[in-house]
Amino acid sequence: MAYTVRVQEQDFDLTAEVADLRREDTGVGAVCVFVGTVRDRNDGSNVASLELEHYPGMTEKSIESMMVQARERFDIRAARVIHRVGLLQPQDQIVLVAVTSAHRGESFQACEFLMDYLKTQAPFWKKEVTPEGTRWVDARVSDDQALARWGIAPAVDPG
Amino acid sequence: MKIRLRYFASIREALSLGQETWETQAATVAELRHELVGRGSAYAEALGASRALRASLDQELCDGTARLQDGCEVAFFPPVTGG
Repeated sequence: MAYTVRVQEQDFDLTAEVADLRREDTGVGAVCVFVGTVRDRNDGSNVASLELEHYPGMTEKSIESMMVQARERFDIRAARVIHRVGLLQPQDQIVLVAVTSAHRGESFQACEFLMDYLKTQAPFWKKEVTPEGTRWVDARVSDDQALARWGIAPAVDPG
Repeated sequence: MKIRLRYFASIREALSLGQETWETQAATVAELRHELVGRGSAYAEALGASRALRASLDQELCDGTARLQDGCEVAFFPPVTGG
């Protein structure tokens, strides 16, 4: 199970996930991990909590597809993506992307690639609870620009 | 042909509906969107041109030219905001 995706409500343990990812692979010389967490402020408002919705089935398929692309682009040995859904609080962990490789350059790049891809292509949506009420978080143009660096076109309006 | 429609996030809330089956005359996702907008106020508001919208066909992101097939699953949702 070198390449795995999990979508779950419960929290994850960074140390345990990394240990599991590189277990029995003595060729690993580098592990790069990104963890996304809930901020207490966004777009000028205090955030009391965050609700994450997703599209079961498509979520897993889209992340598996991006892992296939990461393997084609970078010389990596294993990768794991965990994304939480449901109700989250400031400081909670939201997402983990972990990649192993023989040398650091490949896992650094693959980790960033996977995260840029996930931000713009995986069907998750955040809804914030603020003192002014609840609101859906708007997508950022900068996320599409980050994906464009890898030569991948952003999702488009269906006309 | 009969297809399955799914709605997520702000689109789901605007329609007060997560999924439905629909008999469509449309050949493409763009035509389907237009057809649904023609159903009336809630659909016109949720799927109209004023809203940022994305779509998937059989659980893959698509553009308006994607062609529908009997039994396919089309989803409409706002631009994604995970991570």
